[in-house]
Amino acid sequence: MQFFGGSEISPSPPAPTVSGNNANMMYVFNRNGICLLYREWNRPLRTLNPQQDHKLMFGLLFSLKSLTAKMDPTIAEKGNLGVPQLPGQGCSFHSFHTNTYKLSFMETPSGIKLILVTHPRTGDLRESLKYIYNLYVEYVVKNPLYSPGTPIRSEIFNTSLDQYVRSIA
Amino acid sequence: MAPAGPRSGDAIFASAERVNAELFTLTYGAIVRQLLTDLEEVEEVNKQLDQMGYNIGIRLVDEFLAKSNVSRCIDFKETAEVIAKVGFKMFLGVTASVTNWDADGTCCSIVLEDNPLVDFVELPDTCQGLYYCNVLSGVIRGALEMVSMKTEVTWARDMLRGDDAFELQVKLLKQVPEEYPYKDDE
Repeated sequence: MQFFGGSEISPSPPAPTVSGNNANMMYVFNRNGICLLYREWNRPLRTLNPQQDHKLMFGLLFSLKSLTAKMDPTIAEKGNLGVPQLPGQGCSFHSFHTNTYKLSFMETPSGIKLILVTHPRTGDLRESLKYIYNLYVEYVVKNPLYSPGTPIRSEIFNTSLDQYVRSIA
Repeated sequence: MAPAGPRSGDAIFASAERVNAELFTLTYGAIVRQLLTDLEEVEEVNKQLDQMGYNIGIRLVDEFLAKSNVSRCIDFKETAEVIAKVGFKMFLGVTASVTNWDADGTCCSIVLEDNPLVDFVELPDTCQGLYYCNVLSGVIRGALEMVSMKTEVTWARDMLRGDDAFELQVKLLKQVPEEYPYKDDE
């Protein structure tokens, strides 16, 4: 049994995919669309205010998810587009890239959505997002002073996230 | 890159940092004892333990998902198996079994032969209505709620009340679909 979590995070971080500092920004949302965390490393262009920006990002993912599930050629039974899905139903995407950036996405069954935006040539970041999820568990969820569903204000989490992201992207 | 498969409860239990089992048992005992002193009513203590468990459960589920690599369960049957085989092993070091399914697969029993919470415990006559391990039912309820399953968890058998095992009845009330959380005109 385990309490008072050790500071050691297992499994150890996956090996960096590409070297250099390529990460642009990171979002963490919960199921209710509340932005728990927004970190920015390199974002020259900003057109919206933060609230609009977060909402747009969440909406993009939500719609993209239902579209990808709708287009899935392998599953016979599926609901109409836009009809809420039960968790676990349908497929889910894990990244897309454009000519200027790559967005990697992970959603846990508990509804936490992790989004990392990086340089378009970054490799597969699924393991990295899993590692970030472990960081979140260790430094946020296990912090008794943190109340679930509120924005994350944890210096140690931010520091280790910054450090880790610098090493991957 | 092939995704790593789910890890077994044993593997996670072996790699996790643990505390001494007796310290754990005694700490839990002290909490229940204190609640009994503070709240006086056994019913209130049951409620409070359940609430504490719920608060634990809504956090614990993330740790569970992060460490176990379990992906989404197909149905409630699989969910119950995962709780019994992986969840209990990972956090308490014991395994439970799942039995007594009803016909539509929405209600089952999780049976614990071995329960580290109750070592050294005897219920005095004044506390016969106490569900000593009520924290566990709260944990399960809280954790399942975070993965969109509303459940009702009750004790069917309790060794401290003279039964031969601990049996938790888990009833799936409904699965909550994921909806777009913002209103259109916001």
